Amino acid sequence: MANPNKAKAESGIMRWVDDRFPATQMMQDHLTKYYAPKNFNFFYIFGVLALLVLVNQILTGVWLTMSFNPSAEGAFASVEYIMRDVEWGWLIRYMHTTGASAFFVVIYLHMFRGLLYGSYKAPRELVWIFGMAIYLLLMAEAFMGYLLPWGQMSYWGAQVIISLFSAIPGIGPDLAQWVRGDFLISGITLNRFFALHVVALPIVILALVVLHIIALHEVGSNNPDGIEIKQKKDETGKPLDGIAFHPYYTVKDLVGIAVFLFVFSVVVFYFPEGGGYFIERPNFEPANPLKTPDYIAPVWYFTPFYAILRAITFSLFGLDAKFLGVVCMGAAIAVLFVLPWLDRSPVRSMRYKGWMSKVMLLLFCISFVILGILGVLPSTTGRTILAQVCTAIYFAFFLLMPLYTKLEKTKPVPERVTG
Amino acid sequence: MKKQLLALLFAIVPVTAMAAGGASVPHSMEPDLQDQASLQNGMKLYVNYCMGCHSLEHQRFARAADDLGIPQDLVEENLIFSSDLAFNDQMHIAMDRGDAESWFGAPPPDLTLEARLRGTDWIYSYLLGFYKDPSRPTGVNNTVFDLVAMPNVLEPLQGVQELVCAETDQPVAGQSPDPLSGKYQSCDVLQVTQPGAMEPAEFEEAVYDLTNFLAYVGEPSKLQAQALAPKVLIFIFIFGVIAYLLKREYWRDVH
Repeated sequence: MANPNKAKAESGIMRWVDDRFPATQMMQDHLTKYYAPKNFNFFYIFGVLALLVLVNQILTGVWLTMSFNPSAEGAFASVEYIMRDVEWGWLIRYMHTTGASAFFVVIYLHMFRGLLYGSYKAPRELVWIFGMAIYLLLMAEAFMGYLLPWGQMSYWGAQVIISLFSAIPGIGPDLAQWVRGDFLISGITLNRFFALHVVALPIVILALVVLHIIALHEVGSNNPDGIEIKQKKDETGKPLDGIAFHPYYTVKDLVGIAVFLFVFSVVVFYFPEGGGYFIERPNFEPANPLKTPDYIAPVWYFTPFYAILRAITFSLFGLDAKFLGVVCMGAAIAVLFVLPWLDRSPVRSMRYKGWMSKVMLLLFCISFVILGILGVLPSTTGRTILAQVCTAIYFAFFLLMPLYTKLEKTKPVPERVTG
Repeated sequence: MKKQLLALLFAIVPVTAMAAGGASVPHSMEPDLQDQASLQNGMKLYVNYCMGCHSLEHQRFARAADDLGIPQDLVEENLIFSSDLAFNDQMHIAMDRGDAESWFGAPPPDLTLEARLRGTDWIYSYLLGFYKDPSRPTGVNNTVFDLVAMPNVLEPLQGVQELVCAETDQPVAGQSPDPLSGKYQSCDVLQVTQPGAMEPAEFEEAVYDLTNFLAYVGEPSKLQAQALAPKVLIFIFIFGVIAYLLKREYWRDVH
């Protein structure tokens, strides 16, 4: 049944459309009459930037697919073909490789914003969970994409990660073989990763992005003060501290997009290898199953979790260290999903939380960065101990959260947004 | 504070050194893709001294000619030796992989991406690092690549180089420099003992050109990227200024 109260254009072609499809209504719901808090700061640009990078990845990915050859014999050469013989191929490829790293930079900052201002707290739990699902799939997407150029690091990185499945007691080795589709990483693995990377995962990620935004627009955006702007409305029902997303935030976001694109372009044109962190050096050598590289390091955005995996060097309860490492790595990501129920604080924003929350968030961020650095480096005894300490802090931040958010004294929250 | 920074630096440096291939690299080399004369000379040297064994599977003669400003007829007359290869072809070699494997133990690698894999410092140091070692099947060893299988193909140009005991400017581990000269005593000093067609300085320049050419071959698009980048960045900058002015105008009515 059509809703008779739907917003419709007066006349003309838009009226014709509106009688058949809620175009005007949707435009109002999501842009012109979607009221966002007026006090968004720097940290609120990263959602829009994530969307921009997603579009970049899809567009450049489609064009790369046109010239890429997903076979063990042809993949490496076809990437060089794209880099040399395809018109603008080098630019399209570097936009895609740089885009992958930019995606994680932007997503990590977006998640940090959520932690800082309590954007995951009720009623935004589903916004957070959809977001976490996107993050999880994005890691799978990036991992599978990294195999496609079929360089040494592509091959051996995938070899290390897939072998993690074999640590699961009982079914492990069979599971790893099922994932690979072969006894070792081969053209069969490459082909299935290609299918998942270009078709399956992007469809699911896009669907989740839509769900993430619908859920957000249902409950409204949080803000740096962590207060509900919907509680103070004017006579027309518009929140007093809200401004229409379009035009106010669309024009403001354009400025952020320009700054982002400037930095992004500097990397694409001048430092596409990202100092060996965006494209690792051994990947300029074709995959060779008979020659293991001196040192295998995952791409930078996986290194914090890789460091957690390696930090577990001891067996416990009859379970071996490798399996426990895999469990810890999985738990490090899984614990993020239940974050909305770990935070018992009466306030959302870090601005009004007590000192314990602030200290814990600071320690958490420092440990995450240290783990990221350790994940790139070969392990030594000292580094392993440091990784263990940082892993403990990482989990303490989450597992002690019900305690410290409840115990600490919070500051009074203002009625209206500040600054 | 400074000490801590230094400690951090030393903790990180081994990663970059490792990425370069393990052994120490004594020389550094900054490629200059704008220097066409150097790149042209590098291509000449590559085709004459390296391409017997090392292909450039992904590099086309035509693309190199175009980027380095070499006319087609000159390339066809002087740089393409095989009748099987045409101007638009990639720089393949005639040597059979199976033969190569039985002669050298492993087929000589394709070098298209060598500069990106090992870095130009490594290639430059490697080419300068051959020395006489009668215990090796080829009669030479290399300071950068121990027990190397490749002979010193540039020997006619360089002459015979040997490891000798002498004074050097390079710091030696566990040794303090001589207080007067500031030099170190070392028995790992490379010295040309039998001159070749080139003076040492001249030879170093030739090796620079050759390395420079390989840097170009590793990423020919770098020339395009360097040409395009300023235009794109200026465009984005102007776009950003306009976007900012637009934002300021709209946000006048937000209080």
